[in-house]
Amino acid sequence: MEISANTQALAYLVSAILFILSLKGLTHPASARRGNFLGMLGMAIAILATLAGREVQSYGFIIAGVTAGALIGGVLAARVKMTAMPQLVAALHSFVGMAAVLVAIGTFLNHQVAGTLNPVLMGELSAGIVIGAITFSGSVIAFGKLQGLISGAPVRFAGQHALNAAIAVAAVGLAIHFAATGSMVSLTLMTILSFVLGFTLIIPIGGADMPVIISMLNSYSGWAAAATGFTLHNNLLIIVGALVGFSGAILSYIMCRAMNRSIVNVVFGGFGSESGGGEAAGAVAAEKGVKTASVEDAIYWMEDANRVIIVPGYGMAVAQAQHALKELLELLEERGVEVKFAIHPVAGRMPGHMNVLLAEADIPYDHVFEMDEINPEFASTDVVLVVGANDVVNPAAKSDPSSPIYGMPILEAGKAKHVYFLKRSMRPGYSGVDNLLFYQDNVSLIFGDAKDTIEKMVTELKGGGH
Amino acid sequence: MPDTLVALYVFVLACFVGYFVIWGVTPSLHTPLVALTNAISGIVIVGALLVTGAEEASSGVEILGFFAVLLASINVFGGFLVTNRMLAMFKKKKK
Repeated sequence: MEISANTQALAYLVSAILFILSLKGLTHPASARRGNFLGMLGMAIAILATLAGREVQSYGFIIAGVTAGALIGGVLAARVKMTAMPQLVAALHSFVGMAAVLVAIGTFLNHQVAGTLNPVLMGELSAGIVIGAITFSGSVIAFGKLQGLISGAPVRFAGQHALNAAIAVAAVGLAIHFAATGSMVSLTLMTILSFVLGFTLIIPIGGADMPVIISMLNSYSGWAAAATGFTLHNNLLIIVGALVGFSGAILSYIMCRAMNRSIVNVVFGGFGSESGGGEAAGAVAAEKGVKTASVEDAIYWMEDANRVIIVPGYGMAVAQAQHALKELLELLEERGVEVKFAIHPVAGRMPGHMNVLLAEADIPYDHVFEMDEINPEFASTDVVLVVGANDVVNPAAKSDPSSPIYGMPILEAGKAKHVYFLKRSMRPGYSGVDNLLFYQDNVSLIFGDAKDTIEKMVTELKGGGH
Repeated sequence: MPDTLVALYVFVLACFVGYFVIWGVTPSLHTPLVALTNAISGIVIVGALLVTGAEEASSGVEILGFFAVLLASINVFGGFLVTNRMLAMFKKKKK
């Protein structure tokens, strides 16, 4: 059955509305699954309306591509571990980028055959290729850093920014030349330079800035889709691209604000590589020393507490401690202790990473609180358990103007009666800043693997030793 | 009004929609949001279908298109399914 262009346009409109409602569904966990289904429905309508339109004349390669893609995507989605979600997302972003590049090149070749090339179209094609290629290679680097295939440390060298600027200028120059002349050489060089630019833009950014990078590449993948929409004069792609582009941009902004840094500062770096402020903190360390505590000490205060707040960080994900935390939560609740989880916006390697891990461990979302909600409660809390987090509770962010993290909003864990840090070693957080909280009188460290330590707590609470 | 200008109108207005919708998303669902927008950006599959199935597509373009369709479908299927898997885990306290 072939549908008319008007029917197709109306189907696209329905699809666009479904996508908007889909995103709207994520306003609350209760409506989120329905939102996701609306998104699937929108996508199904878009694909069917495209296939039924008069432009699509052959189906062999399409059926092969969709079938293989569905299989691979299905297996990936079913198998991926929740801790590896940032990697999966980075990989998927790279696919969108590459698909946009391929579509743009294919569009160019088709128009060349039909003899319908024009400068505006070629300009739009160039935008699609440049954004798509940067998304692709940038996401590949992000994936490599998250997966540990390449070092997560920032890679910096002299003249880096000048090099990036030179590549960007050259790519734009080639794009203009291509649009004016249709030169295949310019097209090829521009494509290659854009791939290189994605690589050189992301390589200097440290592993712990990943929440921003993931959001930024999310945004790019949307702009790539929108650029594709311009080349194909397809309003659905333009609308959806703008939605996704803005979503990623807003997330990047939220992540940056949570670190009190500008997006420029994140992208162009300068974080974690300098030792500014380290000396002052080091001096404090020498003066005071750090207390350590045993699991029994912590349990002594926790079992009769009114309220316990748990602050998870990336270390919880690394130790896979979320399931043990669920057990701890249940045992404490049985004893009438109120247990809450406090999440800093940039905890983990992608926005909302901790929430998903806690949800995976079956910890109800009404126990999990954002920073602004829970900060007033720390002062009336008996015990705070910091599981693999560091910088997000460091009071240096408030008190030490020379600290690189100065100005970053923090979880005010230090105000509780007792604070226990579960840590592997005395190594500082990713910012390289010593944590002033360690030297506070109400704070102790429990060394060891976070999962082991929590399991010991669980055993202790179950009555071992009593 | 030329087509490109219409497209620009649509684009700018859609940006505003995106701005207002996304600010409403609860921070606890930011990971599913990234996964869902990822799935939705798989909409480039529409572009891939149009290029691959076009009458004037040479066999070279068909092969390019095949890979574009493949990559975009991985996104569409992988993205929606993994979002669903994550959202299924978000539960309220059982009474």
